Amino acid sequence: MLEVRGVRKSFDGFMAVCDVSVRVERGQIAAIIGPNGAGKTTLFNLVTGHLRPDAGTVVLDGRDVTGLAPHDVCRLGMGRSFQRTNIFPRLTVYENVQAAFLSHRGRGRDLWSRVARLYREETLALLGSLGLLEQADETSGFLSHGAQKQLELGIALASEPALLLLDEPTAGMSATETRETIRLVERIARERGLTLLFTEHDMEVVFSIAQRITVLHQGRVIAEGTPTEVRADVEVRRVYLGERR
Amino acid sequence: MTARLARLPWGVVVLVLAFFVPAMGSRFYTFLANDIVIWALFATSLNLLVGVTGLVSFGHAAYFGIGAYATGLLMKKLGVPFVLAFPAAGVLAGALALVFGFFCVRLTRIYFAMLTLAFAQIVWAICFKWNEVTGGEQGMPEIPYPSFDWIAELPLVGGWRTAEYFYFLTLVLVALCLWVLRRIVGSPFGRMLTTIRENAERAEFIGVNVRRYELAAFVLAGAFAGLAGGLFGIFNRGVFPDFAYWTKSSEVLIMTLLGGMGTFYGPAIGALVLILLNQQIVAYTEYWPFVLGTILVVLLFVFPGGLAGAVQAAARRVGRPRRA
Repeated sequence: MLEVRGVRKSFDGFMAVCDVSVRVERGQIAAIIGPNGAGKTTLFNLVTGHLRPDAGTVVLDGRDVTGLAPHDVCRLGMGRSFQRTNIFPRLTVYENVQAAFLSHRGRGRDLWSRVARLYREETLALLGSLGLLEQADETSGFLSHGAQKQLELGIALASEPALLLLDEPTAGMSATETRETIRLVERIARERGLTLLFTEHDMEVVFSIAQRITVLHQGRVIAEGTPTEVRADVEVRRVYLGERR
Repeated sequence: MTARLARLPWGVVVLVLAFFVPAMGSRFYTFLANDIVIWALFATSLNLLVGVTGLVSFGHAAYFGIGAYATGLLMKKLGVPFVLAFPAAGVLAGALALVFGFFCVRLTRIYFAMLTLAFAQIVWAICFKWNEVTGGEQGMPEIPYPSFDWIAELPLVGGWRTAEYFYFLTLVLVALCLWVLRRIVGSPFGRMLTTIRENAERAEFIGVNVRRYELAAFVLAGAFAGLAGGLFGIFNRGVFPDFAYWTKSSEVLIMTLLGGMGTFYGPAIGALVLILLNQQIVAYTEYWPFVLGTILVVLLFVFPGGLAGAVQAAARRVGRPRRA
């Protein structure tokens, strides 16, 4: 589904991501972990086209997408949520998700139809499955942090991606919110047959749902494998798990 | 009550009322109303960029000026009828906006604004210096009115002066343009522009080609500004280089902010208020820019959402207890 081969990116001589390779099979739930500054978000930005890699390739579904613009990558079936919550704050919850449907279904060039009722069914159904139906008409910027994160997931899902990248989906959430969000993500991934790649700092979350884990440290992959393998890895214990104890 | 008030088709009401201005018998009122109507279109076209897409242009007068020169030149020097010269203003201004916009949308924020200003000054300089075509500094006086002979012969609508016929024509054309603009703002395309204003990074990742949409908005805004300019040249009985000067750009930007860029009709209200204020203050003091500036500062601080925003907020406050 996704194959990242030897990507590298440096900023002003600082090597943020160095020869990283990650492989995600269709239908898999994969995670990238690593301490702060390990290069997780940079790696995501390289995959989604927000940054252009200095070297290496990104292949999505057998197609080389290296260096494509984000909107093109998005059209090829990759959805993304961001670490900093990234919604359209002065639009309503309904409008946020509807906008993603409009764009994805190619209606953006329509200068004449009235927008309000387009894709109403789809939007409401998606909001329903996210548990946001009651807040549909609220201005999204006023939602709680947790609800905004869920909304962002909704925006990403409206593009009907085959591969979904979540950058710290539970960042800044309370323990309860985290558990709910994880359950939600898992359920939606299962229902829609999504392939999921996410970064996370909460170990409990990672080991509970991920099937494959890649560990980044200072821009390099130091371990890769199943949760059990990663947990047992000496290097990982030393640089990462040990650090958190 | 307020809900019912809000549902009234205010655009239509204002349009119908505006038709009666010449009947009040004062040439001056008709003149003033005509001025306001044209500026309302100009300001609304700018708001497609500023309020809807979140792009602040400091050089919107360029397209207004190009439109004015296009219609003026075609009608005066080539004798082209208004029916063709008017749309030509929109097409030409839109084409120029496509060229300039291609470069502008590659920059963001203040750099975008500065480049729009730079292009506008180039347009002004060309209008100012190209004597053979534009008349240079002296401008191009005596743009003919469109021919209204055929209307004057119709029953019931005859008997007005040419300036009044032109006012009616302006009303109809501007109303049409505003209707089209309103449809665009309320369309899926308009919604995509709003997502760019709200969060361009996220917009990219719902699949919106941000630059291309920004360019489309730039071209549309330029084209409608050009149409406003085409009307203004005839209304003004002449086209002059200062149509494209930066002070015109700032004037239309002030109207947009004053009226409220968060609503569709805000900029039009801004045009109305600013032109009336200007008129009133000039009558009392020669220091009108000073007084006007002070009033603007106060208004912008008291009503950060513009006048239209303030009215909306007030209506909501009045409406709430009734619903409860």
